[in-house]
Amino acid sequence: MRVGVFICHCGNNIAGTVDVARVAEETRKIPGVVYATDYMYTCSEPGQDEIKETIKREGLNRVVVAACSPRMHELTFRRTVEKAGLNRYFFEMANIREHISWVGENKEANTNKAIEAVRMAVMKVMQDKALFSSSFKVNKRVLVIGGGVAGMQAALDCADGGLETVIVEKSPSVGGMMARLDKTFPTIDCSICILGPKMVDVAQHDLITLHAYSEIEDIKGYVGNYQVKVRKKATYVDWSKCTGCGECMTKCPGKNAYDHFNFGVAPTKAINIPFPQAIPKKAKIDPQFCRQFLKGKCGVCAKVCPTKAINYEMQDEIVTEDVGAIVVASGYGLIDQGLLPEYGGGRYPDVITGIQYERILNASGPTSGHIERPSDHTEPKTIVFVSCAGSRDKSVGIPYCSNFCCMYIAKQAILTKDHIPDSQSYVFYMDIRSTGKGYDEFTRRAQEEYGARYVRGRVSRIFPKGKKMVVRGADTLLGTQVEIEADLVVLATAVTASPGAAQLAEKLHISYDTDGFYVESHPKLRPVETNTAGVYLAGAAQGPKDIPASVGQGSAAAAKVLSLLSKEMLESDPAVARVNTNACVGCLKCVKTCPFQAIKEEELRGGKTVASVIETVCAGCGVCTSTCPCGAIQLQHFTDNQLLAEVNALCQM
Amino acid sequence: MEGTAGPYDASVRVVMKALGAKLTDPPDWSCCGSTPAHAVDHTFAAALAARNLTIVEKMGCPTLTTPCPSCLSAFKKAHRRMARNKVFAQEVNSLLDAPYNCTVTAKSILQVIYEDMGLDEVARPVTTEIPDLKVAPYYGCILNRPPEVAGFDDPENPISMDRVLEAVGVKVVDFAFKVECCGAAFGVPKKETVTFLTAKVLEMALDAGANCIAVACPLCQQNLDLRQAQVNSGRGSTFDIPVLYFSQIMGLAYGYSPQELGIDKCIVRPERLIRSRAPIAQAPEERKTAEKKAAQGE
Repeated sequence: MRVGVFICHCGNNIAGTVDVARVAEETRKIPGVVYATDYMYTCSEPGQDEIKETIKREGLNRVVVAACSPRMHELTFRRTVEKAGLNRYFFEMANIREHISWVGENKEANTNKAIEAVRMAVMKVMQDKALFSSSFKVNKRVLVIGGGVAGMQAALDCADGGLETVIVEKSPSVGGMMARLDKTFPTIDCSICILGPKMVDVAQHDLITLHAYSEIEDIKGYVGNYQVKVRKKATYVDWSKCTGCGECMTKCPGKNAYDHFNFGVAPTKAINIPFPQAIPKKAKIDPQFCRQFLKGKCGVCAKVCPTKAINYEMQDEIVTEDVGAIVVASGYGLIDQGLLPEYGGGRYPDVITGIQYERILNASGPTSGHIERPSDHTEPKTIVFVSCAGSRDKSVGIPYCSNFCCMYIAKQAILTKDHIPDSQSYVFYMDIRSTGKGYDEFTRRAQEEYGARYVRGRVSRIFPKGKKMVVRGADTLLGTQVEIEADLVVLATAVTASPGAAQLAEKLHISYDTDGFYVESHPKLRPVETNTAGVYLAGAAQGPKDIPASVGQGSAAAAKVLSLLSKEMLESDPAVARVNTNACVGCLKCVKTCPFQAIKEEELRGGKTVASVIETVCAGCGVCTSTCPCGAIQLQHFTDNQLLAEVNALCQM
Repeated sequence: MEGTAGPYDASVRVVMKALGAKLTDPPDWSCCGSTPAHAVDHTFAAALAARNLTIVEKMGCPTLTTPCPSCLSAFKKAHRRMARNKVFAQEVNSLLDAPYNCTVTAKSILQVIYEDMGLDEVARPVTTEIPDLKVAPYYGCILNRPPEVAGFDDPENPISMDRVLEAVGVKVVDFAFKVECCGAAFGVPKKETVTFLTAKVLEMALDAGANCIAVACPLCQQNLDLRQAQVNSGRGSTFDIPVLYFSQIMGLAYGYSPQELGIDKCIVRPERLIRSRAPIAQAPEERKTAEKKAAQGE
């Protein structure tokens, strides 16, 4: 056994608090180690060349690099040793940066700890076995979850690249939040006018299949070969017959259905088409508001439908889609006003949310674009915008900034002035966060050209006084209390993770942060990847994002999918569980504990029942190995013997 | 309570009796320390409160209830800090004859009525209706705040008193200033602060369409009722809105006389409102069943 050890300075990152020369010196004393050195930047090209040359010069057959976290550069160094002719699994990393130099200040203690960490890695590498990947075929279809602007962009880019793409959208139409916006900042161009063509492209693209009003039921499989069950929710309208004429909606007597598209600004009909530009433009029935379902008699829509598309007996339908990669673009939600009791908690009709105001401003919205108070339909003259309604507020559990509220408030203040020239807008703000291109100029315009009065301070309470809503807050620049009697108050309610985000994450085996947003593989360098191979992120599902950022991520995710699926075959990771059939007693505990359903029961020729690992499905988590009562199932590259060698190394010091 | 808020004391005792609850006064109870104590020394303030908690602990009572939010707050704060901070608990206990073991839960009378008894129980003894009464429920600043200490109802928009008063058949208006400050003890050093803040509360109650304010705090009652004339003379206003304890209103609905409930002690006279009270022909449960029967008959 000839082990070579390279100890990295990482500039001052490691060498600053670890005596790397002494680590190398101590390492040379370990039996089996024939070479140990310290190096300024081992990951640099000369650093890697040094490893390759040393392997040849010293005849090394095992290599240890003591540097940063293996999450950072393990793959880099595996490739390096492979190029020098070693099996890539004859390599180990000792993490002496994140685990040692960055967390401890005492150089002596750090150095001793680093010596121990390196010794463990050396003992492990001497136990390592050569492992070889096998390759498997890839399904060149893509699933995009969510038909908002990020999802549509990802789907269009994938489809334009020649991949068959399936979109699953929860609501009856694609378009997402952007379809609800009136105008977009900072150019004030009409949101649906720029989104509409994309929606039509999605509908007409030969390679795109759209499942609207559908949700993900179940996902099985692994990168390159996912089987996805999609629940197509019952619409009670046969969409193959529905022409979207809207006759049913006109005649429907059920007038008090909650309008999800308009966020309840006004009620809609029990059978409805969400908005004129909807894709697909098809009607659906909300059974909790429909007389036919509630009282068992009505049937008006069935009578008036010219194509006889109404079917009250319709059931949910499950369809299965086989895909090779998944883009998650499930978007965001908004905080419930009930969590803001100091702002009325939703009790006052003239205190509305930003997205509701967006619908009121919109020409195809419930007020046909005329700004009016929900309470008495009069035109408001004094409008107060409250930014950070829930955002950056630990007391409601939202410590983060919602990213785009500052900008849309400025936009809404500008639009308000355009609609009602003799109106006065006030904006209560904590900070104006306008970091995008052309953004700061835009917020200045709202103030300087459109006369929106910005008050720096938080609002403590909103209460009614006669027909007015009194907004009481602080002006922290003047150091005084302010009270504004407003006709209408618009709350920039905080952005939250999409409802159901956690359940979807569990189906996908991806992780989400404490706020419910999906976690990317690396915050800087792998922003659209997840830690599950073949699953990518786009848009606000990963964190609050405006339109340009969402579109950018949609395209980025598509690029990742295209490069993954450009290969005919993928290589599997050989660091998976393997069963020693001689030791396996067939208790099959591992089958029950495997979170990926990667272990199945198998009968050997002699009739003996054993567990068997499906190599491509196994994620290498190791749960099975700790469950196995007789040590028959072993995670390759992390076998009991390999781990015990590390423990022994630590205990013998 | 006996000294400065006799009517609250009397009405709470009457109402709790009607609800079938037995209240036991802790023997040899002492002042909770109120505002002056914690303004000077937190350990001392906690010791004053904890002395009473120790007495209750010795009685074997798991729950201590008080009508006064200031006492409540003193008990809750002392208990919370002693339970979470051992060093502080030792300091406090060194001042006490017997250590406090943090086993008593302090609750306001309102919390006991609303949560432990429940609205069905609250409605049961009702015999009288008061049709003219339109109440603005005023909770004050510390009955349910800060939320992590109080642990009861919503800190910004509490509803417990609303529901209790509705349960005894009284009209309650939607009142936006439920938790505004009345000025509290500032009446002594700086009267204008109190009259300024109190005027806002009174005005909002009138705006909301109320003709009476219900309170759950002796100091709120004092500021709103006793000082109403000061508000008027200082600000040229003409407020004339009676301020009753929620327990007094409950007592009226249960058929007790204004004298038994201490309503005769009010400065702003409420007679014109409560004159309208009349016995309900049937007990509420019987009425409900009768209504149900009538509905089924259709």
